[in-house]
Amino acid sequence: MSQSTPTREVARRVFASEFNDAGYTFKESDDERAPVYALLPTGASANRVFFVGTLTEKDDVGDDAEYWRARIVDPTGTFFVYAGQYQPEAASAIRDLEAPAYVAVVGKPRTYETDDGTIRVSVRPESITEVDATVRDRWVVETAERTLERVDAFEEEANEYGRMAREEYEFDPATYKAAALAALEDLDESDELAGETADSPAGV
Amino acid sequence: MSELRQEAEAIAEQFSDHLNVDADEVEERLENLVNEYRVPLDEARRSVTNSYLDDAGMEREEIGRGGSEQVLVNDIDRDEQWVDLRVKLVDLWEPRSDAISQVGLLGDESGTIKFVSFVTSELPKLEEGASYQLSNVVTDEYEGRYSVKLNRTTTITEIDEEIEVGDNAETVEGALVDIQSGSGLIKRCPEEDCTRVLQNGRCSEHGQGEGEFDLRIKGVLDDGRTVTEVIFDREATEELTGMTLAEAKEMAMDALDTTVVAEEMAGDILGRYYRVTGPTFGRYVLVDEQEEPGPVDVESALIKARSI
Repeated sequence: MSQSTPTREVARRVFASEFNDAGYTFKESDDERAPVYALLPTGASANRVFFVGTLTEKDDVGDDAEYWRARIVDPTGTFFVYAGQYQPEAASAIRDLEAPAYVAVVGKPRTYETDDGTIRVSVRPESITEVDATVRDRWVVETAERTLERVDAFEEEANEYGRMAREEYEFDPATYKAAALAALEDLDESDELAGETADSPAGV
Repeated sequence: MSELRQEAEAIAEQFSDHLNVDADEVEERLENLVNEYRVPLDEARRSVTNSYLDDAGMEREEIGRGGSEQVLVNDIDRDEQWVDLRVKLVDLWEPRSDAISQVGLLGDESGTIKFVSFVTSELPKLEEGASYQLSNVVTDEYEGRYSVKLNRTTTITEIDEEIEVGDNAETVEGALVDIQSGSGLIKRCPEEDCTRVLQNGRCSEHGQGEGEFDLRIKGVLDDGRTVTEVIFDREATEELTGMTLAEAKEMAMDALDTTVVAEEMAGDILGRYYRVTGPTFGRYVLVDEQEEPGPVDVESALIKARSI
């Protein structure tokens, strides 16, 4: 029986430093049209991601047709987002945006191999929208929590992606845990600073 | 106690009246399947249970007696669970098969759920509007929707109590990661009692028609673990986007294109977090109440994070 409503893939929350390490991809079935997953080094599969960061640079790197490359920075690193004629909405969103700006991106992980054999991980966006700092802060907290949960469950017996990550990667999950904690601490400090400024009397 | 141990004790308990089943032995068998042969826990449970059924020469329906739990219909989220319900018969439908004695809708304060009773179970017929305590019914799932099956072991007790039936309300929170087609400024069929959305000016029931403008957003909320499809009706869409139906019509008129409305809305709402509450309809949550969760509490998040 064919399923009339294929289940939509969840959008994983992952920081740039971990996402950029997720160079191993796999399918869950032999079907040619089966979805491709990137293996997150903390032990999870990701067919889609959602992230919020600061757009710092955008370049049209296309030869004939428009092909936009955007750098979007989070507390741990940089996401590389590429959008061309097959992502018309995302491409036009990047064209219209002015850096710096907080943006929210929904997209699919893509990998490619460079001439020297390194695997680079980038994002093919489904949507890009400008958001405010509140959304960005919520994403940082949410992503830190999800990352810590993944690291916590990494060694569990029933965690097949944890096992796959141990086989395919040599990254230490503790690195991502430290990055997640650091991201939260930074946010907490900048919150306090903002609080102090807001509390000080005018003109001081 | 480990998850395996819990399952093992539950299985041993199910057979306690029929077989001398030791929880340690069950646990060992589950462990072998799950850890050694990488069988998912659900499948392992089924397989181990079946082998004990064989040993005892029993049918699947005969176990679970006494072990089932009193639940609310909207809390049912797994299949093949033995449960007890305190419900009102809300609606009876026409059975589509001779094997079915009754089919319809049961409700309690949490919402409603489909039920089926089979001829072979030889159960007394339920009456519309009456309330019952049903013990030992089995949950079932089809494409993510749950129902319950009455069976030979089910006991039916009519109760003299008016049960208020709820609307399966759910609260979901997450980032709005997608706006589906059929969102924004849409046209609905003007025929009486028909609210179908026109596709290229056509109603699937009544054909070509003028149509009446309406606003709607079919969106996807995603919290990084699960996705939920949500529908904002005109009122909810106006609240969400700040754009009224009149403004949307004007915008479409200026552009000579209705799709600009959804595009404009997308820029304002995609990628933001929302918390919505409303009744469930199939796989959708129909939004009654909505809010943006506001600034996040970093300090408590940090305290929690450090404890992991």
